[in-house]
Amino acid sequence: MIRRAGLVIVLGTVLAALVGPWLSPFDPASQNLPLRLAAPSLAHPLGLDELGRDLLARLLAGARISLFVGCAVVGISTLVGVAVGSLAGYLGGKVDAIIGRIMDVLMAFPGILLAIALVAVLGPSLRNVVLALVTIGWVGYARLVRGQVLKVRELEFIQAARALGAPLSRVLVRHVIPSTLSAVSVQATLGMAGAIIAEASLSFLGLGVQPPTPSWGTMLDAGRAHLFDAPHLTLVPGAAIAILVLGFNFLGDALRDRLDPRAG
Amino acid sequence: MLAYALRRIAMTIPVLAGVATLVFALIHLVPGDPAQAMLGESAPAADLAELRTRLGLDQPLTTQYRHYVTGLVRGNLGTSFRYNTPVAREIGQRLGRTAQLAMAAMAVALVIAIPLGIIGALFRGRAIDHVATTLSLVGVSMPNFWLGPLLAIVFSVWLGWLPVSGTGTWAHLVLPAVTLGAALAAILTRMTRATLIDELRELYVLAARARGISRTRAVVAHAFRNSLIPVATIVGLQLGAVLTGTIITETIFAWPGVGRLLIQAISFRDYPLVQGCILFIAVTYVTMNLLVDLLYGWLDPRIRYQ
Repeated sequence: MIRRAGLVIVLGTVLAALVGPWLSPFDPASQNLPLRLAAPSLAHPLGLDELGRDLLARLLAGARISLFVGCAVVGISTLVGVAVGSLAGYLGGKVDAIIGRIMDVLMAFPGILLAIALVAVLGPSLRNVVLALVTIGWVGYARLVRGQVLKVRELEFIQAARALGAPLSRVLVRHVIPSTLSAVSVQATLGMAGAIIAEASLSFLGLGVQPPTPSWGTMLDAGRAHLFDAPHLTLVPGAAIAILVLGFNFLGDALRDRLDPRAG
Repeated sequence: MLAYALRRIAMTIPVLAGVATLVFALIHLVPGDPAQAMLGESAPAADLAELRTRLGLDQPLTTQYRHYVTGLVRGNLGTSFRYNTPVAREIGQRLGRTAQLAMAAMAVALVIAIPLGIIGALFRGRAIDHVATTLSLVGVSMPNFWLGPLLAIVFSVWLGWLPVSGTGTWAHLVLPAVTLGAALAAILTRMTRATLIDELRELYVLAARARGISRTRAVVAHAFRNSLIPVATIVGLQLGAVLTGTIITETIFAWPGVGRLLIQAISFRDYPLVQGCILFIAVTYVTMNLLVDLLYGWLDPRIRYQ
């Protein structure tokens, strides 16, 4: 049931993000100041924000940003992490030691602290958010893949491929990396949740996507000033983030149970 | 134990050196001229030159790095551009507040997680276990920057029971501590449940049951005690999440700690203060991890020989 719930939430959000412009006839940026902070109504099912913009239209546009950041961060981090991790694990020795030290230093910054630091100096923008989150994101995949490769590289079929004279790149791409992919796919699904929360956190702190581009994090931040007179500005984007993150967490857990029965 | 401690401390030194170097590099990642970024586009050339001299940016990179490292060794984190005071003093003034918040959050997490985890393990597979597991998954998925305003809406705006922000009384601490502790509570609930379920399979639990001890007593008095080591480790490891969580929680509730200082420093482009706060939080995290490892090695001698 949980697997299905996760899948329904994630697919539902993707669909809503794609057909967003047809779901809400309003432009997410167009302002209607006389109606600012209006509560939900038939015309505006989720109400209007502090500048009189339709909250549903902004929520749908924000979904595109969240999913884009999630996919970009997870996609690039996975590519970098798998490449670096498999090289470190397969080659061992000095390469592994150097990569290990770099990873140790990056892991010494808790959570999104390094991403905050990077965006603080590079300046807040969507591109810099993705860059900052990839900088901290690839390490988790690299560690995972390195561990898996250390186990796999001693197996006979890898030794056989090496003995047959297959070049390093072929052994890695054709034999070593595929055997780590199931673990990576679980981490990538859970990583989507992490990336979406991280983007929203940065935007909430004013370090992410900049107004007027709608992001769930910036919408929450703007809603904070209206807790008393318009709580829907806080409730709606927050619920969207929590539900989507829950969806990816459900999906990741279900994927793990399916791919690794021992973890269940 | 001493050899293990020394080995573990020696492993931490290059990490700290790497962290310090990365933090040093931060100001050089600012696109264009950092002095211009701090003072603005219209700043007079004389002011820019003066700031560059003050920050040492007009010196060769190696000299800057040498000064930076010697400063760090002496506990000098530089001077805040906005407050014109030592960065270390600014952090020191707010440290107590952050520590108070982090400890309160940990206490909240433990009070929620341990009973929920025990219930989950005791009634594994039953409805109450599903409720506890789902609650913990919801807790993990609920971002603190939403939970905070949500709690404020319910307990401050609607019920009027607790203040919405600021400091002064214990009541001011409740909402920030719950906001910060909720995710940790969720993780700890899952961990307590999982380790307890593992422990329940052990023979000593069966022996206790064979002696006629009730299931609840076998769990609480015997198995729970043994599951404390991994739970304690998770508390230590999650300290990082708590530390970064303070940044958002302090911003939401206007709590005057190091996290809020960092965000204010970023908005004022006070780069020395930003670097100081980042370095301070990272070093605290590394030190805490070191202490947890040493504690773990002391509690479980097998760790020392690995």
